[in-house]
Amino acid sequence: MNLTLKIWRQKDASSKGQMVDYKVTDISEHMSFLEMMDVLNEQLINSGEEPVAFDHDCREGICGMCSMYINGEAHGPDRGVTTCQLHMRMFKDGDTITIEPFRAAAFPVIKDLVVDRTSFERIQQAGGYISVNTSGNTQDANALPISKHAADEAMDAATCIGCGACVATCKNSSAMLFVGAKVSQYALLPQGQVEAVDRVKNMVAQMDLEGFGNCTNTGACEIECPKGISLDNIARMNRELMKASVKG
Amino acid sequence: MALDSKVPKGPIKDKWTDYKNKINLVNPANKRHIDVIVVGTGLAGGSASATLAELGYNVKAFAYQDSPRRAHSIAAQGGINAAKNYQGDGDSTYRLFYDTVKGGDYRSREANVYRLAEVSANIIDQCVAQGVPFARDYGGLLDNRSFGGVLVSRTFYAKGQTGQQLLLGAYSAMNRQIARGKIEMFNRHEMLDVVIVDGKARGIIARNLITGEIERHSAHAVVIASGGYGNVYFLSTNAMGSNTTAAWKIHKKGAYFANPCYTQIHPTCIPRSGDYQSKLTLMSESLRNDGRIWVPKNMDDVLAIREGRKKPTDLSEEDRDYYLERRYPAFGNLVPRDVASRAAKERCDAGYGVNATGEAVYLDFASAIERYGKEQAKIQGIDNASKEKIIALGENIVEAKYGNLFQMYEKIVDENPYKTPMMIYPATHYTMGGVWVDYNLMTTVPGLYCIGEANFSDHGANRLGASALMQGLADGYFVLPYTIGDYLADDIRTGPISTETKEFEDAEKDVRDRVDFFINNNGTKSVDYFHKRLGKVMWDKVGMARNEKGLKEAMAEIKAIREEFWKEVKVPGNANEMNPELEKAGRVADFLELGELFAKDALIREESCGGHFREESVEESGEQKGEAKRNDKDFAFVAAWEYKGEPADAVLHKEELEFNDIELKQRSYK
Repeated sequence: MNLTLKIWRQKDASSKGQMVDYKVTDISEHMSFLEMMDVLNEQLINSGEEPVAFDHDCREGICGMCSMYINGEAHGPDRGVTTCQLHMRMFKDGDTITIEPFRAAAFPVIKDLVVDRTSFERIQQAGGYISVNTSGNTQDANALPISKHAADEAMDAATCIGCGACVATCKNSSAMLFVGAKVSQYALLPQGQVEAVDRVKNMVAQMDLEGFGNCTNTGACEIECPKGISLDNIARMNRELMKASVKG
Repeated sequence: MALDSKVPKGPIKDKWTDYKNKINLVNPANKRHIDVIVVGTGLAGGSASATLAELGYNVKAFAYQDSPRRAHSIAAQGGINAAKNYQGDGDSTYRLFYDTVKGGDYRSREANVYRLAEVSANIIDQCVAQGVPFARDYGGLLDNRSFGGVLVSRTFYAKGQTGQQLLLGAYSAMNRQIARGKIEMFNRHEMLDVVIVDGKARGIIARNLITGEIERHSAHAVVIASGGYGNVYFLSTNAMGSNTTAAWKIHKKGAYFANPCYTQIHPTCIPRSGDYQSKLTLMSESLRNDGRIWVPKNMDDVLAIREGRKKPTDLSEEDRDYYLERRYPAFGNLVPRDVASRAAKERCDAGYGVNATGEAVYLDFASAIERYGKEQAKIQGIDNASKEKIIALGENIVEAKYGNLFQMYEKIVDENPYKTPMMIYPATHYTMGGVWVDYNLMTTVPGLYCIGEANFSDHGANRLGASALMQGLADGYFVLPYTIGDYLADDIRTGPISTETKEFEDAEKDVRDRVDFFINNNGTKSVDYFHKRLGKVMWDKVGMARNEKGLKEAMAEIKAIREEFWKEVKVPGNANEMNPELEKAGRVADFLELGELFAKDALIREESCGGHFREESVEESGEQKGEAKRNDKDFAFVAAWEYKGEPADAVLHKEELEFNDIELKQRSYK
């Protein structure tokens, strides 16, 4: 198929960006979206132009590096996928595709489609861990039975890949799905109880400090999340925060 | 230089404990004055960074991605082995040790493997304490599954995302130390050289991938944890950015590179679909617990399927060749990876491949779905359940076990694997070879360590499933943090290492010169053009089956591609900005050297062992006819290569392998 691409080009963080039109031809429906971008870049290199910078790495939907906003949706039109798992069979010959970076005040553009998501790092550093020494002198793993239900639910929350699609999708640029997922993973497990109060307070405080917006329950994040992280995690985070404020 | 593995004396089961008791330690107050650089933040680098920081060292950690959580350990699916014997099925430290040495086709260092098995149980304790949500049974205890090449269930898992959960565990431990200021994290930085001062590794030169700035970083020791070199094949299951640059740079500065030809071609990957393909996707080995691998028995059916006249589900049981079950009745679909891969290649080379390219076999879940469905019907008390009901119940169980893998497959191939068998074919996945290290995980350069997939030590010529995660975390959490203290104990009075020295200046100049060369070269062809050509030579001539003629041709062809690369490569953009093509150019330049050494290593190893299969070395007769033939008399050694300029001129050093606790035998999975 032949396609027209409208792509956000921006030299660096301090420059102004703009949409630029490109054409690609002979795109196979079996290609992934990023392989289509590879075709475009090879074309640009061969014609002496600068290729489009975009983040990507594992190309199997787990590293969370790829981050495009395609036709107004984070990771494009398919559901339950990252951009690297999006295939060209979702598009038709002659389509015009608009490709932008994730937009949020807390995700400044570095170049073209690459954004800076280190705000997520700082939120995790504020409390996204259990303070246990890595010395190996811990108790036997089976000394602490955990109900299958709790373990499975914690696992569902823990599958977040930290891509930021929730933030890019949210009209308020809220990071609550991301933070809620991490808070939930630990809240659901007995190992997480000891530090529960400080964890939720510190992570939420850092989230606010980074300039992420609030949650107004539209649920768009849950729909666009490539890993199907449930909105319940936000509710659980709010409950944890409430409990923490009571406990002091 | 003679290779000294520094394996401690004494019985194998006491070596590590005795050694730890006698090793030099650094006083906690002195650790504050010692800096350690860790390059790479996957399972090995992440766990090492966290543990070293927790012990009190100042750690500087480097990752080319925007976060340690993106390292490719994240993509490991199936699980992590540990000799817990929770299933009571006869597992033990010795058995895990034995399976790993046998699985590696007797080409690994016994003492290292025993230590790995010994600390494996502790890894699970550690990860559970960190909040890693492993799968559990209804009693709340940890669940296990089986992996290839073993007869026990010792693999712990978190759905099909075990690597992700373990990495996030190590990442959380890192975050705790980053918050305390004990780890300084350098995201989006790439190490481009190591700096050696007075014969010791004392720092690195790194490029800030956002600004293009070339930076000097000093430390008392440098740890390389940069993963494997599978991308030398261009197409592999590695991440796009996975590269050999850090490992290759230290090789060029004196670290020996061991057994580069030991590369794992994983049997269950989604087949290639076209020339535009940028990478291959793995389908976890855990699927072989329940999936049965087959091709049609009759050529008529093969052609009918390729032409779309028949579907795989149309073929009756009698018309299917479950070739692994046929050839290896004892292990069946759970033979080790190298054996499964070669068997797939054998069938496809004979013309029985089931897709248009002729390079695909089926992985079929129909019988597992039926078996689970019947079991569920019984559990739920449904008498006389209909076939549809049984299938629906069975599909639910299969979904709970492998849902994310099935979804991944469906998104890529656009077929529903619950209803029709998956198509799979082998692809490059893991590299057992790597930087040579001694028992302390130190390279041949003092103060320079190498851990995880980047080193060579534990997997011999073939790695068993679910052992990569085990090794990465064992090295990082439990081995390196002890052994590095022995070296650093001599550095407590050294004080900060200055970066204002000639050594740093020279190393920085070399890096700058190379960056400037690429930017100014104005060639005619993209980096990918050369990378794809290299990959094709590697796959065709240094792939699943190798022979003398092909390997000699490969060496010459790679050299020619390398020469053309330096003349014709074209890198757009500038040096002082984010420039992904510039990053790729540097990495491919190193792959073009490694590839030739790889072929040379394969050439001198005139035996078949593990992932290295020489067509000249097969069993001629008997029960094992046609199987790989190992030659212990002449080749029970580690091939450690010393850099001498051109890869073809590398000098071979042999570390003879001694087996005192395991009898060398032909691997039989029949």
